Amino acid sequence: MAASAERSVASAVPIWQNRTARSIFYQAVVLGLLVLLAYFFISNTAANLAKRGIASGFGFLNNVAGFDISFHLVDYDLQSTYGDALVIGILNTLLVSALGIVLATILGFIIGMARLSRNWLIAKLAAVYVDGIRNVPLLAQLIFWYFGVLSTLPGVKQSLSILDTFYLNQRGLFMPTPGFGPGFWPVAVMFGIGVAAAIVVSRWARRRQMATGQQFPSIRVGLALVFGLPILTGLVAGFGIDWSYPELKGFNFAGGTQIIPELIALTLGLSIYTAAFIAEIVRSGIMAVSHGQTEAALALGLRRKHVSRLVILPQALRVIVPPLTSQYLNLTKNSSLAVFIGYPELVAVFAGTTLNQTGQAVETIVITMAVYLAISLAISAFMNWYNRRVALVER
Amino acid sequence: MSNIEARTTSEFPPGQHPDMPPPVATSGVVGWVRQNLFPTPLNAIATLLALYALYLVLPPLLNWLIFDANWQEGTSRADCVREGACWTMIRARFGQLMYGFYPVDQRWRVDVAFILQFVAIAGVLIEGMPGKRWFALFLFLVYPFLAYLLFYGGFGLVEVDTSLWGGLMLTLILATTGIAASLPIGVVLALGRRSHMPVIRIATVAFIEFVRGVPLITVLFMASVIFPLFLPEGMSFDKLVRALVGISLFAAAYMAEVIRGGLQAIPRGQYEGAMSLGLGYWKMNAFVILPQALRISIPGIVNSFIGLFMDTNLVLIMGLIELLGMAQSATRDPDWLGQINTALAFVSLVYFSFCFSMSRYSQYLERKLHTGYRR
Repeated sequence: MAASAERSVASAVPIWQNRTARSIFYQAVVLGLLVLLAYFFISNTAANLAKRGIASGFGFLNNVAGFDISFHLVDYDLQSTYGDALVIGILNTLLVSALGIVLATILGFIIGMARLSRNWLIAKLAAVYVDGIRNVPLLAQLIFWYFGVLSTLPGVKQSLSILDTFYLNQRGLFMPTPGFGPGFWPVAVMFGIGVAAAIVVSRWARRRQMATGQQFPSIRVGLALVFGLPILTGLVAGFGIDWSYPELKGFNFAGGTQIIPELIALTLGLSIYTAAFIAEIVRSGIMAVSHGQTEAALALGLRRKHVSRLVILPQALRVIVPPLTSQYLNLTKNSSLAVFIGYPELVAVFAGTTLNQTGQAVETIVITMAVYLAISLAISAFMNWYNRRVALVER
Repeated sequence: MSNIEARTTSEFPPGQHPDMPPPVATSGVVGWVRQNLFPTPLNAIATLLALYALYLVLPPLLNWLIFDANWQEGTSRADCVREGACWTMIRARFGQLMYGFYPVDQRWRVDVAFILQFVAIAGVLIEGMPGKRWFALFLFLVYPFLAYLLFYGGFGLVEVDTSLWGGLMLTLILATTGIAASLPIGVVLALGRRSHMPVIRIATVAFIEFVRGVPLITVLFMASVIFPLFLPEGMSFDKLVRALVGISLFAAAYMAEVIRGGLQAIPRGQYEGAMSLGLGYWKMNAFVILPQALRISIPGIVNSFIGLFMDTNLVLIMGLIELLGMAQSATRDPDWLGQINTALAFVSLVYFSFCFSMSRYSQYLERKLHTGYRR
């Protein structure tokens, strides 16, 4: 009887007041509007492209690009295709992002710790750094590093030299390149053996500590194995590395590696800018660990250095990692500002030069955005994995 | 003194012990310096190094900025005879840096518009301001039309094409329009992301994550190159409008995440309470949830406003010349060639004073909101 009463009530509700029916109706309307909008955009684009005589499609990637790129990690010349240019652009973006992330993290952690220093002067200087850097646009900073600093360096003939091996001038930083000859093999093999031995030692030390409580300096021994073995081998048998030193020949340097000023300016600008944000994240992460944790650790008899390494830092990392991820993503996306100072990364090479030469607006922008999306997803996937590792394991 | 300390206390009968030396000062200037600058040898070295670095950097910087700078009027870099910054250039180009190529005799309109905007915003933000509601109504309902009229023209005012707009004026227009447009869009997106309807949730999540995954420059590229292709023939938008659409949609995705954070902080009881009062979805959100969620998100909203304010200079890629672009183009003029550092110093100071005051305001709000919820 109760069931039939309920059914009669339900049927008394008109269909436009039924929750499920309304929800389906709303969703159908939204979906319909989205499809209409997409159709409107796509049909207009097709018509516009047809009128301008632009063939759509990704075939242009196989055409010869015919423009030079000032900095490339893999082979590229005037006969290369637009597809090759895309690869160069992606590699250059990844290079500057990786350099920037490493430097910004190191600098950011140092400054974040400095802001918490007991030393008043150091803490204040770090605070001034953070406030000063965060409130000036990144583009202004990049322009400063590139046009204000690096462009005013002396010319090639008057290069600043460091120990006659590194040279700094308007064309960038010139540094020696190692060339690995056959004599390098023993050193490389010993490095591999060192890494393997270090892993074995640390596993053994951990097992022993679990079983007996005795500690073993596995980090120091591991470092000695990883670096000591190859260096020892190198000293005995020779390293077999041919250094190619930069030398002034005519109007430019020959030999060695040239790091173009655009890359230096971009790396400096991005890492100094992002470090200010990372410093704030590190500071709030460390401050989020309650003082009771430090006191409890000291009460257990841990030494000061062990307290920060084993108690404070692991807990602080849980707070630090998620916002750190978004800073890494921001740095990668901000590397697109390189287009203003002429570093040939993805946006400059592909959304800039390639777009101008081919007129394939839709395709180039879509590819550029897709690459950034892929990089973003990859970084956040990695950081999510890492975050799960450091996250609190609760019952 | 040392032989007093060396002797054991047992040598003295009770009450006969000579006075001990005073403890190391912990108060006063000396004590403060000792505790905060030289607590340990390592810290002392750090302090001395920092002082040396300051000595290396600060005097030359101050000399360049102030004491050796050129403050006089002039018409070219030849007038900048002293070694320091060439503020002469800023003085000569001040009009352009502020208003772009806006006609000189019409610049009062820009001033009036910004003074009105400033007064209205101050009226909304200052606590205990009488007639706060009227300020808000004016700001959101009347001011946009008034601003359009003043900036663009009409009703007797001379029309000024947007291609003449530039400098700080353009920066402020982009930032304020961007934030004003992105706030409502962000609210809708945030609500959509928390919706129970799968189609709406997927559509909003896709939009938010897509926009947050790509740099603003690519969005602006899209606005400048692809957006015209999207529209039927004969229909076209002004370059500034396209930049505004791109910036607003970009900012809206970030705004949505800020507001979502605020929505997540609202306890379930608020929803249940509102529903048990018989409020529907829209009334519940409009009268119960959003007022609280937006209040919590104000610091985040201010922070994304600061981000947007600093990002506006990327519109340079579309050929719109705001403050930074205008300053850089001034140094490309043969008259002022090579004065890039002065230009950057000026632009940085302007940006810094805006952004720093906004971030201080957001920190103040954060503290205020924090204490409000603490009992």
